[in-house]
Amino acid sequence: MTKAHWTLNNPLYMDYQATTPTDKRVVEAMVPYWTEKFGNPHSRNHHFGWEAEDAVEIAREHVASIIGASPKEVIFTSGATEANNLALKGVAKFYGDQRNHIITCVTEHKCILETCRSLQQDGFDVTFLHVKENGLIDLDDLKAAITDKTLLVSIMAVNNEIGVIQPLKEIGQLCRDNKVFFHTDAAQAVGKMPLDVEDLNIDLMSISGHKMYGPMGVGALYVRRRPRVRLVPLIHGGGQERGMRSGTLPTPLVVGFGKACEIAKKEMGMESERLRGFQIKLFEGLKACIPEIYLNGDLESRIPGNLNISFSYVEGEGLMMGIKDLGVSSGSACTSASLEPSYVLRALGVEEELAHTSLRLGLGRFTTEDDIDYAIERISQEVNRLRDLSPLWDMAQAGVDIKSIKWAEH
Amino acid sequence: MAYSKELIDHYENPRNVGAMDEDDGNIGTGLVGAPACGDVMKLQIKVSADGIIEDAKFKTFGCGSAIASSSLVTEWIKGKTLDQATEIKNTDIADELALPPVKIHCSILAEDAIKAAVQDYKEKTSVKKNAAE
Repeated sequence: MTKAHWTLNNPLYMDYQATTPTDKRVVEAMVPYWTEKFGNPHSRNHHFGWEAEDAVEIAREHVASIIGASPKEVIFTSGATEANNLALKGVAKFYGDQRNHIITCVTEHKCILETCRSLQQDGFDVTFLHVKENGLIDLDDLKAAITDKTLLVSIMAVNNEIGVIQPLKEIGQLCRDNKVFFHTDAAQAVGKMPLDVEDLNIDLMSISGHKMYGPMGVGALYVRRRPRVRLVPLIHGGGQERGMRSGTLPTPLVVGFGKACEIAKKEMGMESERLRGFQIKLFEGLKACIPEIYLNGDLESRIPGNLNISFSYVEGEGLMMGIKDLGVSSGSACTSASLEPSYVLRALGVEEELAHTSLRLGLGRFTTEDDIDYAIERISQEVNRLRDLSPLWDMAQAGVDIKSIKWAEH
Repeated sequence: MAYSKELIDHYENPRNVGAMDEDDGNIGTGLVGAPACGDVMKLQIKVSADGIIEDAKFKTFGCGSAIASSSLVTEWIKGKTLDQATEIKNTDIADELALPPVKIHCSILAEDAIKAAVQDYKEKTSVKKNAAE
């Protein structure tokens, strides 16, 4: 028995893919830029402006450094959603009269999928690649999809639901060989794994502040300078961010984002190693306590801070209600407005009944070994309790094939 | 989204969980919903010679609202005649548990489960009668 120190009102946070707590060192770095160092970083003619501008440029260096880029290639945005929109729409608009084909993949985040749909309405052709059972794209599919009309390939670095890492180096090489731009949504990857835009041949990369212990409301788009990638801005105005994103930069957020990158660069190696141990311990611990559970997505090509598991015969939202002392997320239909189970799990070929039973368990910087023990104990208690309530579990135990029953789908 | 006290109580302390012998002529079994939709309810009733529901048991795969709805109806139908049991409306269940709008389908499923169990019992007894005649 581990010490039950988590309660309904003070639950254990295990949803690090949704957001991460802002590191206290980050908050400390930000504070002066609201109060005594409040200047507008674009004020070019007094101390207040220069002070803020210096801070922004230091932050830009930290962001650039964690991905092996030059600071001039970093455009600050409001977050990864804006960066993804800017990358896709911006490039499409600039080059669209020459090449009008975009390739992406069905398990991308909604902000890529919806942006692509909007581009389809503007006349672009979009290929949505399928994924293999392990959540990774098939490079042969990608190769086959590229035509002389292909402008851009956008494939995420790490999936937000199942944590799998796409073969970025191979994709980058393929794109470079075919003179196609390669954009990657790296919101879930930066700070979690080493990434180098030169090594991986990445032309555009979206980054989020709050997924890596920085503040919400800030992110960045990396835009390659050599060979140059050009884009049409989404937001027009004073011409900040080299004309690609007008608007006054939020100095405190940018400073926090920079600090978060500085910390992550230093601590990433140790942190990943620690989390890899926790990930294995959690998965093995759950498997030992609960029969018939299934991991969704590849285990090897996966960030250490994620597990996505189907607890067969127990519905995900029902399970979450029982483990309210854990803050986790589910791929079950019932947690979404659409009442459809997770499109990511469905794309892996996970059957609907299993998709309904999935939980996403996210680990991160502030997860402790005690937390892992606690989670194993609580999840297995509750899964076993709910299986005793589950008619499907009874049928499975009695050897009835659930697929042989004619269910009335409602 | 905050759930009502009644709902949480039924979820945490479900009443009448279990299973009865499906082959027993005095027992009616209703199995409604579908695993692919995320809800399956199995509701069983044991009916006395004078047509009163003496006992009820359930098992449910689903969200908290589905579990609570089925637990609640097992309490409600005990002691009722078959006709009285089938008069229970999904709106009664939804009101009692204060189900949010997206969870109304759970109460509909519970109403369907009662009807299916009663139907099953009636079919069994008519077969029995026919066999006796």
